[in-house]
Amino acid sequence: MDVVTLSRIQFAMTAMFHFIFVPLTLGLSILVAIMETLYVKTGNELYLRMTKFWGKLFLINFALGVVTGITMEFQFGMNWAEYSKYVGDIFGAPLAIEATLAFFLESTFLGIWIFGWKKISKKAHAFAIWMVAIGSNISALWILVANAWMQHPVGYVLRNGRAEMTNFFALFSSYAITKFFHQILAGYTVGAFFVMGVSAYHLLRKSNLEFFKKSFKIAATFALIVAFAEIVVGDWHAYEVAKTQPTKLAAMESHWETQKGAPMYLLVFPNEAKEKNAIELLPIPKLLSFLAIHDFNGEVKGLKDFPKDERPPVLITFLSFRLMVGLGMLFALLALIGFYLSKKDKLVDTTLFLKIMLYMIPIPYIANFLGWTVAEVGRQPWIVYGVLKTADAVSKSISTSQVWMSLFGFVAFYSLLGVIDIYLLTKYAKKGPEESAISAKKAEAVTA
Amino acid sequence: MVYQIIWFALWGLLWAVYFMLDGFDFGAGILHPFLGKSDEEKRMIINTLGPVWDGNEVWLITAGGATFAAFPTTYAYMFSYLYTPLLIILFALIFRGVAFEFRGKGKSEQWKKLWDVAIFAGSLIPTILFGVAFGNIFQGLPIDANGYHGSLAYLLNPYGILTGLFFLLLFLEHGALWLAIKTTGELPIRAKSVAKKVWPLLVAVAVIFLIFSAFKTHLYDNYLKNLVWFIVPIIAVIALLAIFFFTEKSPVKAFFASCITILAVVFTGIIGLYPNLIPSSIDPKYSLTAFNSSSSPYTLKIMTIVVIIFVPIVLLYQIWTYKIFKDPVTPEEINDPEVETY
Repeated sequence: MDVVTLSRIQFAMTAMFHFIFVPLTLGLSILVAIMETLYVKTGNELYLRMTKFWGKLFLINFALGVVTGITMEFQFGMNWAEYSKYVGDIFGAPLAIEATLAFFLESTFLGIWIFGWKKISKKAHAFAIWMVAIGSNISALWILVANAWMQHPVGYVLRNGRAEMTNFFALFSSYAITKFFHQILAGYTVGAFFVMGVSAYHLLRKSNLEFFKKSFKIAATFALIVAFAEIVVGDWHAYEVAKTQPTKLAAMESHWETQKGAPMYLLVFPNEAKEKNAIELLPIPKLLSFLAIHDFNGEVKGLKDFPKDERPPVLITFLSFRLMVGLGMLFALLALIGFYLSKKDKLVDTTLFLKIMLYMIPIPYIANFLGWTVAEVGRQPWIVYGVLKTADAVSKSISTSQVWMSLFGFVAFYSLLGVIDIYLLTKYAKKGPEESAISAKKAEAVTA
Repeated sequence: MVYQIIWFALWGLLWAVYFMLDGFDFGAGILHPFLGKSDEEKRMIINTLGPVWDGNEVWLITAGGATFAAFPTTYAYMFSYLYTPLLIILFALIFRGVAFEFRGKGKSEQWKKLWDVAIFAGSLIPTILFGVAFGNIFQGLPIDANGYHGSLAYLLNPYGILTGLFFLLLFLEHGALWLAIKTTGELPIRAKSVAKKVWPLLVAVAVIFLIFSAFKTHLYDNYLKNLVWFIVPIIAVIALLAIFFFTEKSPVKAFFASCITILAVVFTGIIGLYPNLIPSSIDPKYSLTAFNSSSSPYTLKIMTIVVIIFVPIVLLYQIWTYKIFKDPVTPEEINDPEVETY
C-alpha cells in the first residue's frame, strides 16, 4: 500500500478510536452536571451518589478522550503536511481557538472537579462540572466548524499557492451549524443510552432500585428530547449536504440519474460497476426531491452527472447513511418507550425492554461511526470538497515504512488501552453506587 | 510584518509556559519511583500533580495549534520531518496520561507497578526528546529544496543529546522543588536533598551548553547585534543561582526561581533563533522563518484578537486552580475515603 492509503487508514483508525470517547464525554458530562445541580438545589444525597457514580465512569472515559485527541492534532502535520500547508491559513485557526477556548476550560475545571470536593463550596463544585460540559461542547463546535469547512469551503481565496482566509465569520455557515447540532445531539444520545443501559443492567438484578430508576428517568427524559430533536436536525443537515455536496448526497441515496421530482425507493442496493442500482423497489414518488431540497418537484443530481474520478465510493456511503438513519429512528422509539415506562414506574417489570436497553449501549456509538463514515467517505476523493484531493494532501517526506510502523504502533497501543478501558468501565459500572460512592453509607441511611 | 513578529513571540511564549508547567510534572513523574518509598508516598507525589497535569499539557496542544494556525508551513514540515521522534513523544504522553487516571483503579501490586513504569517512562522520554528536538532546532536541520535529509539517528548528535540532558536536569530540579513544597512528612526533606544534588550538575551542564552553543549554533548572532538582549540569559543565570540560595530556607521561592529559569532559558533560545522557527543547516535560504512560513495577515489578526481576549481568562482560572490546591498533599487526605484522589 502507498503512503496515501496507509495514512488514510491510520487517520480513520485513530479518529474512530478517539471517537469512542468523545460522544460519551459530550453526553455524560451534561447528565452528571444535571445530577449535581439537582443535588445542590434539593440537598438530596441520592443525587450526590448519582453524581459520583456516573462521574467516575465519565472520568475513566474522559482520560482516553484527551490523550487520543493529541494524536489527532499531531497527525495533520505528520501525515498530511501538504494539506496543512495548503489550508493551514484557514483550517488551523479553529483548531488553535479550540485549544484556547475549550481544552483549557475542560481540563482545568475537571481537575478542580475531581480533587475539589472538600476544597470549594458545593455551588462552585457544580459550577466546575458545568464548565467541563460547556468546554466539551465548545470543543465540538470548533472541531466541527473546521470539519465543515473541509466539506463546504467558504470564506477564502486561493492566493500565494494556498487557501487564505478572507472572512472568518463565514466559517459559521449553515452547513457548519447544522453539522454541529447534528453531532452534539448524537453525542447526547450516546450518553443517554449509556446511562439507561447501565441502569437497566442494575434494574434487571434489582440492585439499588431507587438509584437506578431515578438515573434511568433522568436519562430517558434527556434521550426523548435529544432523539426527536436529532431527527429534525438530521433532516436539516442532509438538506445542507444536498445543497453543497451534490455528489455526496447522490452517493448517500445511490441516485444515478439526474431527475426532477425524484422518488425515494424503500429497497435499494447499488451496483457501482454498472452505474445503476441492482435492486430498486417500492418507490415513494417525489420523496427524495422533497427530502433533499424541500421541494417535491426539485431536481436532484445523479452520480452519472459527475466524472467517475470525482465520485465517492457509493456502497459504503449509501449503506452507512441508510443504517444511521434507521438507528436514529430506533433511538427515538426506544427513548419514547423508556420515558413512558419510567413515568408509569413500570420499568422493573418490563424485563424484555430492560434487556434490549442493556444491549443497546454500543449501538449509538455505531450510529456515530456511521455518520462520520458518510461525512468523510462521502467527501472523497476530495479532502477539501472541490478544492484539494486527498491524494495531493499527504506528506511528501514520509515513507511507507514509517507509516506502517506508526500504524502498527497505534493498533497495538490503542487495542491495549481499549481493552483496559472497557475492563475498567465494566468493572465500575457493574459495581454499582455503594462501592464507588464516597458518602455511600451516609446516603444509604438518608434514603433507606 | 508586525503580526508575524507578535506571533513569533507568542510561539516562544507558549513553549516557554508549557515547559515551565509540564516541566515540574515531568520532573516529579521521573522522580516518583525513587522518592516515594511506599505506595502511600508514591500516591502523594502523583496527587500533587493530579489537579494540574492535564491543564499543563493543554499548553502543548495550544503551542501545536498555534503553530498550525500562525505558521502552517512550519507546522507541516516540522511534524512530517520529525515524524518518528514525534510519534515516540506522542505514545509516551498517551501512556503517561492514562497512567495517572488508571493507576488507582486497580488494587494489585502488578497493576500499580505497570502504571508506575508508565508514569516514569512517560515523563522521562518526552523530557529528553523535547530537549533533543530543541537542540536540533537551535543547530538547524538539514533542509533544502528537496526537504529534510536527516534520520532519527541523525537527531541524536552530541549537541542534541547535550540539550536533552540539559532539559532533563532542568526539569528534575524543577520537579524536586515542586515536591519539596507540595508534600508532607519525609518527602519534602528527600526532595530538597535531590534538588541540592541536581543543582551543581545543572549548572555544569548549563555552562557546557552555553559554550557549545557558540560553536554549534548561530544563537548568539542576535545578541551580538543588540547587546540589550543579553538581559534574558542574565536573568536565567541569576534565577539559577537563586535556586541554590533558596532551596533550604524557602523552597517556594526556589520553585519560583526555577520557573523563571525555565522561562528565561527557553526565551534565550527563542531570541537567538529569531526570525527562524526552523533554521536550515544547509543554506539559510531554506530556513522556515516567521515571515516565509506564516499565515496571512488576516488570519494572524483574528488569532491575535482571540488570544488577547481569552488567554488572560485562561490564566485567571488556571491560577485559581493552583490557589485551590495550594496546600501540600497529606497522607490523611489521600487515605480519606471521602476525598477523591488518584
